[in-house]
Amino acid sequence: MAVLVQFAIGLIFGLGLVASGMSDPAKVLNFLDLGAIPAGTWDASLAFVMAGAVAVTFLGFSRVLKLARPFFAERFHIPTRRDIDPRIVAGPAIFGVGWGLAGFCPGPALTAFGYGSTSAFIFVAAMCAGMVLARFVAQRPSLTRLVAPADPLET
Amino acid sequence: MTVTSFTPMSSLLGGALIGLSAVLLMWATGRIAGVSGIAARLFPPYEDREFAGRLAFVAGLVAAPVLVRLVTGSLPVQTIEAGPVVLIVGGLLTGFGSVWGSGCTSGHGVCGLSRLSVRSLVATVTFMATGMATVFLMRHWS
Repeated sequence: MAVLVQFAIGLIFGLGLVASGMSDPAKVLNFLDLGAIPAGTWDASLAFVMAGAVAVTFLGFSRVLKLARPFFAERFHIPTRRDIDPRIVAGPAIFGVGWGLAGFCPGPALTAFGYGSTSAFIFVAAMCAGMVLARFVAQRPSLTRLVAPADPLET
Repeated sequence: MTVTSFTPMSSLLGGALIGLSAVLLMWATGRIAGVSGIAARLFPPYEDREFAGRLAFVAGLVAAPVLVRLVTGSLPVQTIEAGPVVLIVGGLLTGFGSVWGSGCTSGHGVCGLSRLSVRSLVATVTFMATGMATVFLMRHWS
């Protein structure tokens, strides 16, 4: 039951990506292209995607997190770290370059794959390799002495 | 580049659906709807027993356009101009950076900002800035 519900929740996310235009890399790149403002081809749509998503999530989280526990789980898993370490800048900086190169971030890339696109498949395969590599590098003993916790996903 | 049209209403509506999904996932599983975290945990090392749920969520993401095509008979335009090399380099950087920085557009940009997290704000401003800088260099640097 929980698995079916999570499929449906992923489906809603994907429908949102299709409806909003975020699964179209051309639209994403045209949003990131501030240099196109003088020519009039800058596409501000993505700001509306963010606004709609953050507004609903902000209102929804404030209600859901008042519950004693999630419906299918024992407790809520909310990130607790508040420090600004080098990784919280370096990781997103690297991710942003990848995003700007192809126009895909992880969610839209997976949904674009569902369009049957070979290009999206190539991107998703490389993305998964990058994810595995990041976790492998982060868990090397020499690094875990410098930065804790070992797994960046746990923050 | 391909010129795209400004779609404030459908983008706002699509964004609201993304938000609804994030709220439902928190309600159901108590987890942040961060696609990079969910996708990365489909690969070892495994820390918990929630593999099936994560796989189902990702399957839902992939199935969405299939459902749209079944119901409406067509799909919105999708234009991918990047060649294989750019896709591979972009994919590697996207995967590595989003895991290294504990999140991507959904985890930091949507869920993190909604929780008023300072770390997520720093992350979101950073990937927006380097994304914009990259597009600027690719398109206007000559």
